[in-house]
Amino acid sequence: MGKNEEVKLLGIWASPFSRRIEMALKLKGVPYEYLEEDLENKSSLLLALSPIHKKIPVLVHNGKTIIESHVILEYIDETWKHNPILPQDPFQRSKARVLAKLVDEKIVNVGFASLAKTEKGREVLIEQTRELIMCLEKELAGKDYFGGKTVGFLDFVAGSMIPFCLERAWEGMGVEMITEKKFPEYNKWVKKLKEVEIVVDCIPLREKHIEHMNNMAEKIRSA
Amino acid sequence: MGEKEEVKLLGVWYSPYAIRPKIALRLKSVDYDYVEENLFGSKSELLLKSNPVHKKVPVLLHNNKPIVESLNIVEYIDETWNSSAPSILPSHPYDRALARFWSDFVDNKWFPALRMAAITKSEDAKAKAMEEVEEGLLQLEDAFVSISKGKPFFGGEAIGFMDICFGSFVVLLKAREKFKAEKLLDESKTPSLCKWADRFLSDETVKNVAPEIEKVAEFLQELEVRAQSAASRS
Repeated sequence: MGKNEEVKLLGIWASPFSRRIEMALKLKGVPYEYLEEDLENKSSLLLALSPIHKKIPVLVHNGKTIIESHVILEYIDETWKHNPILPQDPFQRSKARVLAKLVDEKIVNVGFASLAKTEKGREVLIEQTRELIMCLEKELAGKDYFGGKTVGFLDFVAGSMIPFCLERAWEGMGVEMITEKKFPEYNKWVKKLKEVEIVVDCIPLREKHIEHMNNMAEKIRSA
Repeated sequence: MGEKEEVKLLGVWYSPYAIRPKIALRLKSVDYDYVEENLFGSKSELLLKSNPVHKKVPVLLHNNKPIVESLNIVEYIDETWNSSAPSILPSHPYDRALARFWSDFVDNKWFPALRMAAITKSEDAKAKAMEEVEEGLLQLEDAFVSISKGKPFFGGEAIGFMDICFGSFVVLLKAREKFKAEKLLDESKTPSLCKWADRFLSDETVKNVAPEIEKVAEFLQELEVRAQSAASRS
């Protein structure tokens, strides 16, 4: 890495979308400056860098702006090529990308919808969420991580979103979503993730996060 | 390419998403079998088996391994047949990020607005969605000017990732123009995109795989009639 490289990340402490970027930067050993955003009061920098989506995460690398968490992860992997986070084989890469979309488009939608419902309507959504998570369970069979022996792209995407975000919200609601019995591979994977320093470094503090997710669920329900 | 390579594509003829892998395979000169699915009848066993979660076309089967989601397939094709130039995604990471960002914009922001405008029954929602569609086109016009840097395509001299992504919807836009009093690609608002769209449609690779606009227009009209009669029955 050149001496004059400048890497900045705009994120939010509780957001899985920016946490996963930090995991990748840490794995690559890329030093970065982190700027905390406030969604209630977006900074003029965020609005200037991401005028269309106005969302975090935003990565700024030597004055160039990269937006959207999957796009940023691919950019990081292509720019700093050591410790690759995507598999090398095209078929495995395509599977990782499709499952990452499944996490961020399907599981997030159904998962957050399950938070919004009162207990009665919740069951159906919980079942749907479980069915989707079963796709991840199958993919983990016989592996330590999605990336095989080491953590990678899908570990960051799914890890930041499910065990260290959605599950905390479900926990706050007293829902046991992903049981050891039904999802042994998934639970083994979460335990392994907690042994990885760069991952642990990027997980929001548990109590504070559960409280945050509770407040968020409360807000969705009352809206 | 090895002798025993087997490449099969499951699609439907009118789907913009199915055009994408067709263009990519042709750019890479890959021979393949094409299987037309019937989404209005029953989906084939092969489709359900290959894409059990989404059950959608297109699906690429490469030596029996299923690859799903149109842009993901295009990227797979680019990475797998990487020695048969040209490369579909740009080579520089930042240019690749721009191509990925804008195709995500097209698929997850712009097109959903157009679909909303087409299916909603509420006039207010329709007007609001159309506003978004038009604003999106202005943003895409700016993106084209800055990314193409005076060259014919988003990908530069030749068709690339973002051309394939957004171009696949050009057929649909032109077909809508035919049966609706609507001109979304308007010379006065998005002059560069208009010229790009014409170049895209007259490109040799695209011409060979894109469905006829007339036929798509007829098909869309049929769909609308069907939807209306279904609505009047319920």
